[in-house]
Amino acid sequence: MTNKTVLHAKHIEAGARMVDFHGWEMPINYGSQIEEHHAVRKDAGMFDVSHMTIVDVTGSQAQAYLRYLLANDVAKLQEKGKALYSGMLNEAGGVVDDLIVYHFDAENYRLVVNSATREKDINWLNSKAAGFDVTITERPEYAMIAVQGPNAKEKAGQVFSAAQNEAVAGMKPFYGVQAEDLFIATTGYTGEAGYEIMVPNEQAADLWQQLLDAGVQPCGLGARDTLRLEAGMNLYGQDMDETISPLAANMGWTITWEPAERDFVGRAALEQQKAAGTDKLVGLLMEEKGVLRSGLTVKVSGGEGVITSGTFSPTLGKSIAMARVPADHGDTAEVEMRKKWVTVKVIKPAFVRNGKPLI
Amino acid sequence: MSNIPKELRYASTHEWVRDEGDGTFTVGITEHAQELLGDMVFVELPDVGSAVNAGDDCCVAESVKAASDVYAPLTGEIIATNEDLENSPELVNSDPYGDGWLFKIKAEDPEELGDLMGAEDYANSIDEE
Repeated sequence: MTNKTVLHAKHIEAGARMVDFHGWEMPINYGSQIEEHHAVRKDAGMFDVSHMTIVDVTGSQAQAYLRYLLANDVAKLQEKGKALYSGMLNEAGGVVDDLIVYHFDAENYRLVVNSATREKDINWLNSKAAGFDVTITERPEYAMIAVQGPNAKEKAGQVFSAAQNEAVAGMKPFYGVQAEDLFIATTGYTGEAGYEIMVPNEQAADLWQQLLDAGVQPCGLGARDTLRLEAGMNLYGQDMDETISPLAANMGWTITWEPAERDFVGRAALEQQKAAGTDKLVGLLMEEKGVLRSGLTVKVSGGEGVITSGTFSPTLGKSIAMARVPADHGDTAEVEMRKKWVTVKVIKPAFVRNGKPLI
Repeated sequence: MSNIPKELRYASTHEWVRDEGDGTFTVGITEHAQELLGDMVFVELPDVGSAVNAGDDCCVAESVKAASDVYAPLTGEIIATNEDLENSPELVNSDPYGDGWLFKIKAEDPEELGDLMGAEDYANSIDEE
């Protein structure tokens, strides 16, 4: 039994090639994923991300609960609408999921978690809520459309009402605001400016059509993956999972260690991992022809590692990857590709931002 | 339903072959194959002058999704390769039976063409996948 988003008919109408994505029938592309990729880097593209799970956390202890649940600290969120990226860890310091949390006030938060892990996440949220005065509410009545690219905000602005445009005027990255029927956030998964828009299910197809009419290119999961990888953003299940420490997944920056008294799930294990040292997630860049693929073995000075995500970068015209390798890794690595060893550069795992190569 | 020109012959591994009428044969991958692979990013062509046996993997078509071997459909010598693919691998997607051709073979035994499928049989074979 596969799930369909409320935009399914719009995808078929646009000529999408549909694939199964963890139980959801989703568009992989609408013709050419490389053209879709370039549309987001140079103009504006949109993604149906309605399969993602929206969860509201409310109640007198909502803040205390999230400070226990998450490795990042929601107490850092002071302004209304400000968002935070965080890992949700298990007691062993592995990543149960990564998520974005929006702060409205200390009793009122919204989380967006992955679709592939929905059931696990909901069970986890509920199991950790014991003893806290919180209410955890899924919001399946919302669809979600991500509009991304240098012209995304301008094109979305053509579709928004006057009140919505006023609400988002001057909004900095990583904020969200409820504006009439839409929840509009300056977040994304592409390394470009833009919005992620939560829209009531019954209005989603109209919004999609209006964005299409404003010249926004529909983009599938294929482009979404090359864009996020160029931007150096992790994909749960590939770059980290329950057995991987956030310290080995380039998520060290999402852990808030201070104040030391804050007890969060996985903290004790994480402190041990930090003291003992962990593998590191690095970026790889290949100058030769060919495409680095996930699962390939990588050799660095300190030992062997593995490619967690690999692809062809349409912006750079060459292959890039993320790899988890021993901390002692030097500037080059050897990757076994089609029975021969190829030398690649080891760099920080971020390749393209705001349309510009970082390397 | 993908386009399968009647005048071409087909291998079960999704190569097409055009008889140029002078003992040489042009080879590419079918529209169905390029659809399965998605956007092409690199094509590793065989060396001109190399000898191939029917069924040898002699070329690699690498797309955003996967690297896929291309097999020589006939025994013979590679006499030309499509150099435009070096800078424009997407021709394999946009024009698989035309500008997206891969290589030309001078066949040792042109009768081998008879071992390949006609358009109708190829269409049936991909229906069964």
